[in-house]
Amino acid sequence: MMEIMEGSHAVARAVTMCRPQVIAAYPITPQTHIVEALAEIVANCELDADYITVESEFSALSACLGASAAGSRVYSATTSQGLALMFEVCFNVAGMRQPVVMSIVNRALGAPLSIWNDHQDSISLRDSGWMQFYAEDNQEATDLHYIAYKVAEDHRVLLPSFVCFDGFILSHTYEPVDMLNQEQADSYLPPFKPYHRLDADDPISFGLFASPDYYQEFRYENDQALRSAQDVVASCGREFGEMFGRDYSGLVEAYRLDDADTAIVAMGSLCGTVKDAIDELRDAGKKVGLLKIRSFRPFPAEEIKSALSGVSRVAVLDKNISLGSKGAACLEIRDALYGSQIPVLGYVLALGGRDVRKKDIAAIVDNAEKGRGDIVYGLREELLK
Amino acid sequence: MTDKPCNLFDVGHRACGGCAAALAAKLILEAAGKNTIVVSATGCMEVFSTPYPETAWGVPWIHSLFENNSAVASGVVASLKKQGRTEKVIALGGDGATVDIGMLCISGAFERGTDFTYICYDNEAYMNTGIQRSGATPYDASTTTSPAGKCSFGNPRPKKDLPAILAAHGAPYVATASVAYPADFKKKVEKAVNIPGPCYIQVHAPCCTGWGFEGEKTIAIGKLAIETGLWVNYEMENGEVTRVKKVRRKPVEDYLTEQKRFRHLFRPKKNDGEIAKIQQIADRNAEKYGTDIVLKK
Repeated sequence: MMEIMEGSHAVARAVTMCRPQVIAAYPITPQTHIVEALAEIVANCELDADYITVESEFSALSACLGASAAGSRVYSATTSQGLALMFEVCFNVAGMRQPVVMSIVNRALGAPLSIWNDHQDSISLRDSGWMQFYAEDNQEATDLHYIAYKVAEDHRVLLPSFVCFDGFILSHTYEPVDMLNQEQADSYLPPFKPYHRLDADDPISFGLFASPDYYQEFRYENDQALRSAQDVVASCGREFGEMFGRDYSGLVEAYRLDDADTAIVAMGSLCGTVKDAIDELRDAGKKVGLLKIRSFRPFPAEEIKSALSGVSRVAVLDKNISLGSKGAACLEIRDALYGSQIPVLGYVLALGGRDVRKKDIAAIVDNAEKGRGDIVYGLREELLK
Repeated sequence: MTDKPCNLFDVGHRACGGCAAALAAKLILEAAGKNTIVVSATGCMEVFSTPYPETAWGVPWIHSLFENNSAVASGVVASLKKQGRTEKVIALGGDGATVDIGMLCISGAFERGTDFTYICYDNEAYMNTGIQRSGATPYDASTTTSPAGKCSFGNPRPKKDLPAILAAHGAPYVATASVAYPADFKKKVEKAVNIPGPCYIQVHAPCCTGWGFEGEKTIAIGKLAIETGLWVNYEMENGEVTRVKKVRRKPVEDYLTEQKRFRHLFRPKKNDGEIAKIQQIADRNAEKYGTDIVLKK
């Protein structure tokens, strides 16, 4: 049923319909509306979950790890500093192959302190072994939660997952969202079946230490699981489309890309602005298209390579920066296109919530056509003197 | 208590001969029984008991990180509750994991009233990393980060009183114990796991490697700690001390001279001033808890 909802509330409703048995979360802007809504839902017995009001994000994810290992479906949500505080636990959850699902309401990292949106938080956990899905709008943000659970808990995958959506831009914005009902949600997402669990009737040990004789194989298998999750993401996304009409079988999504000279690559809510800008640029005779990355981990390099094979140049928009290097997506795309003659130009932009408008996209396309890239776009030069 | 000793903590682990922590693990599981889930912190016990692909644990066991066993245990407890399961949850950590780096998580778990038992095996320093001082290292103990030297008598601070801190959280049951008194320790474990809410036991676990004594003396050293008043075995129920182990006290020197970590107080010459300060700590303990056996005239 189509409803006008705030992004956070839509996500909280979707999470409720995924029936997590344990929720552990700590409040942080701009994630608060989700955890407040879930607390209310639990307080009104609309969800039979144990809600652990932890004393930090570090404990939130640690509690999720324990609850998952003991055999329950779990949920948490965080952002920015909270995710940074979870850094150590994130690697641990992935290494222990627990299918935790966590919403990341993307926000910049301090210093300086900023509560506004960019992707530095989740991108900084790029190497932790979690899947990372990025939503363009609130519809996608809600739908991706069902898909994330289904993929994470699949016994071929058994990896945790971030569902990332932009702080304020999506989380605090009202949009029409087509919500599944509980029956639909249950038909798509069956109850959690743990692969192993802590159980006195079948005692096993979790989280042993591995000597150099064993450690590397654990890491290799972790990497293989994340790579092969691509197929599961595609099939779970396709199944969602077959059941509810919104297809998520692609880990990337193309917009007017078929005959494009310039391909823009972007993630998250920025894609909406880019699509509008492309329509205007096309009207003005410029052949521009978009490749939206929905799944940054697993990273669909082959899919991207094939989608971009016909373009003359690629402009990659990154709401993050690896200081001393470039934006994370730019590096990945350049790696994916290694060996081709297609120039890949990187644009770091929108850090700490700086607005991006259609005219900015037009200016970036202009830059790309002139071969000018690998820049931080939209700097206020007067502040740098 | 369970009827007979069990093999829930099995032989074959890599602990040092005379390791009190390994003995503590065995006693804990003898008391708690097989319907128990153990959540371990990183540390000696975790490392010597679970070198992949082997494990010494006959009960379900999980280790995540150094400082989060209370938070992981909170999740396990919530998960079991939602599934209607009955296993008891015990979080285990050394003194570094417990009184130092895990302080945030343990405080949170106790404040929330988590139904679990936290057992700290207190060997009074970071032994796994090579005998560095912790907040539980006693006054004047020489460790690798509080070495005795020309201008140092060793660790400059007394032990942090975590039992009191956790009692102040409203914990229904807080106890101290010693591996030197195994029956008493087991009774406390059995009591703690059967009391709803967060319970805490800090068990004194002499470390032959870190303290500098022969492995066969572990129990004797543990007894001396109690007999000198430098360790007190007591129980606190709802914030009140309800039981205390009474002793005919010996001078602290009897305990100090047995361990290399206090050797600098006796060589090259005896440091009467510092030994007197340690005696004062024991005297204050005796007065605070009323441990001295007073002979009737």
